[in-house]
Amino acid sequence: MKITRRQMIVLLPAAAVAWKYVLAGTPEASPNYKMTEHWWSMLIDIPKCIGCGNCVRACQTENDVPEGFFRTWVERYHRSDWLMTESGEVTANPLTVPEVISPDGGKEGFPVATDESGKYFFVPKLCNQCADSPCTQVCPVGATFISPDGAVLVDQTYCLGCAYCVQACPYGCRYIHPVKKVADKCTLCYHRITKGLTTACCEACPTGARQLVDLKDPKDPIHEFLKTHSVQVLKPQMATGAKVFYNDLDGSVR
Amino acid sequence: MSVFKDAPHLFRFAGVFVFAFLVFLVVRHYVVPKSFGQYGHYRGNAIGEIAAHPIKFAGHEACESCHTDVLDVKAKGKHANVNCEACHGALAKHADDPSSVTPVKPDTAVICARCHTTSAAKPKGFPQVVPEEHSTGLPCETCHKPHSPGMDAGGAK
Amino acid sequence: MNGVEGFMYPNEITLYWSVLIVLYPYITGLVAGAFILASLERIFRVEAVKPTYRLALLTALAFLLVAPLPLILHLGHPFRSPEMYFTPHSTSAMAMFGYVYMWYLMAVLVFEIWLDYRREIVLWSQSAGKWTRWIYRLMTLGSSNISKHSLAIDERAGWIVTLIGIPSAFLLHGYVGFIFGSVKANPWWSSPLMPVVFIFSAMVSGIAAVMLLYMAIAKLRKQKIDISCVDTIAMYLFYTFIIDFSLEMLDLIHRIYEADESFRSLNFMVHTKLYFSQIVLQICLGTLVPIVLLGITQVVKLPEIARKRIYSVTGCLTLIGIFAMRWNVVIGGQLFSKSFLGYTTYKMGLVTKEGLIVAVALTILPLVFLWVLVKLLPPWPEKGVPEAAAAD
Repeated sequence: MKITRRQMIVLLPAAAVAWKYVLAGTPEASPNYKMTEHWWSMLIDIPKCIGCGNCVRACQTENDVPEGFFRTWVERYHRSDWLMTESGEVTANPLTVPEVISPDGGKEGFPVATDESGKYFFVPKLCNQCADSPCTQVCPVGATFISPDGAVLVDQTYCLGCAYCVQACPYGCRYIHPVKKVADKCTLCYHRITKGLTTACCEACPTGARQLVDLKDPKDPIHEFLKTHSVQVLKPQMATGAKVFYNDLDGSVR
Repeated sequence: MSVFKDAPHLFRFAGVFVFAFLVFLVVRHYVVPKSFGQYGHYRGNAIGEIAAHPIKFAGHEACESCHTDVLDVKAKGKHANVNCEACHGALAKHADDPSSVTPVKPDTAVICARCHTTSAAKPKGFPQVVPEEHSTGLPCETCHKPHSPGMDAGGAK
Repeated sequence: MNGVEGFMYPNEITLYWSVLIVLYPYITGLVAGAFILASLERIFRVEAVKPTYRLALLTALAFLLVAPLPLILHLGHPFRSPEMYFTPHSTSAMAMFGYVYMWYLMAVLVFEIWLDYRREIVLWSQSAGKWTRWIYRLMTLGSSNISKHSLAIDERAGWIVTLIGIPSAFLLHGYVGFIFGSVKANPWWSSPLMPVVFIFSAMVSGIAAVMLLYMAIAKLRKQKIDISCVDTIAMYLFYTFIIDFSLEMLDLIHRIYEADESFRSLNFMVHTKLYFSQIVLQICLGTLVPIVLLGITQVVKLPEIARKRIYSVTGCLTLIGIFAMRWNVVIGGQLFSKSFLGYTTYKMGLVTKEGLIVAVALTILPLVFLWVLVKLLPPWPEKGVPEAAAAD
């Protein structure tokens, strides 16, 4: 096949542009980013969350999250005062029956609360990027996995949409994308953190309740924080190796 | 052995299996993506593809590189740790090419109330007001400068 | 908010596994159960059930051919399903579906049916009509050797295949139970008993299905029902039912006794959302009534007509009850929130890809396949085809 010089003038720049996209598909596209140097996580500081919903909106914008589904959401808990009847009979342990709401995932904030009794707090939730994740364990074809730098990701060109991973996640952080028909979930804004940016939700949080954490970075403030605070993970009994740490998490949180 | 004479059908049945298996192996070699298994039981190229998604929020460092005047005001006030796009929305396009996108100024009557409306659910130390009682319908920026909203120390208008 | 009571994690409100995922274990259960009934004759030499041997195998095949369809229809990307063959994930129970299915279909069922029918297939390939003759010729794989020795080899091979087929049938259906039983996130599913319960309820449904089909087809063909055969099948059904019921009661009692953090929420769900399907359909009508009725036939010598009526009613109730059991596991497991604070509703579509009409069609389709198989490989001795000399 003979290629004329005119054809080359058109083909070469097109090839260069295309080559840029091909390279963009390689981990080396962000120069200086080595996956083995990072182990990503997140810290949620419960006392700082004001339930503004900025994180939910920012995530939806950044990641084109479809309406009605959530890669991150905020729950509002109300642990009421000890529940008793008037005659002093204990009716229920408020720690086991908190009132929880999450109107549209907290995307437009929460209705004003007026009840001064009990304790209110907000709990932002997202994929816990589990180190021993049950969701990657059950995928039949290897479409979801934990990357070498600690982000649990979905390969949406390989996923069958069987929804087994959605069933296996104890935290309800996965869903099947209504249009793409594949599994979808928080990617810890992998496309941002590999370029030195923080996640969209952390960027939008006005109080610093959400902080991206790199456990392999000796300069990350998480190391000092862990020495001076009590942190929990959600559902520790599931032994999922969850990496999203919650400061001051109440025992009533599910 | 006479079994070979009287059971050729069994060997043919097995032969169908063997043939099908060989065809399967050949097809598998061509169909399974080349980067599969590079880092684990998944397509290694998927990592790079996910990392190449477009960015919508520029990140506060991008804003601060140009808008140093605003940064100077903000850094001294109560909103020092509130990032620009938390109020101004996703502006990566503007950061890439400032003239292509002109950010719209947020409406303070709406945006401030999202965080600062009094609620029993919010942490007690957080500044919160009942908007109707506090400003009698006036937009917040009537008295507060959004980048440094404290009423003391030069934040008042 | 659209069918939600209490609190559910926002992504949990939609059910992702529909009635088609209820159908899949139901269908493979019928396959495994029908095969176990056939193996009663082949391995355990229960002569009384011989009239149903071939019918049980054909029933198993008819249902097995339909089994992948609900799964394919459920997938978001059905054309990617070959990935399960090319890159199966060794930690996923679901990944073994492709291989277990193919093994059971070809190396067990088709092989065993072929070996049992081979003599007739060779004869039909020579005597059948102009077009059907080619189907039979293909099935002979080019060999027309039906000497006594080759048939004896077939008999021996078939015995080995059936022997391997029993654990294969347990694997075919047991892995489905494990798919649910190994999900630690879901307390309604997570249990080591799940694969065992699935296998025994499969055997119950398969035996009931073959019993009903045998009686129904005999009636359609105006043939006499071999009552000692049906009596024997009913006896095996009764004892399998006792084991199945004991296992389910063990699970229930264990749950109530331990009363872990999920119990309050699950208990409420069973008494409200699952009341009709679990208490009424599965336990009372689907298990207790059949056990009592069959128990009566085992203890009291009733006239033949009464026994036949009881077997028919029992068979129908059993099939409904075991379907309800699958429904309660699959749908029930998604109705409650993993926060144990709320419930959602299952909205089954009518004409959607995973809706009611498709589900009904997939339930009827195996019967259509069975009709074709019965026409192609009649399970009864045909006039004009000489009986084989008894090969032992």
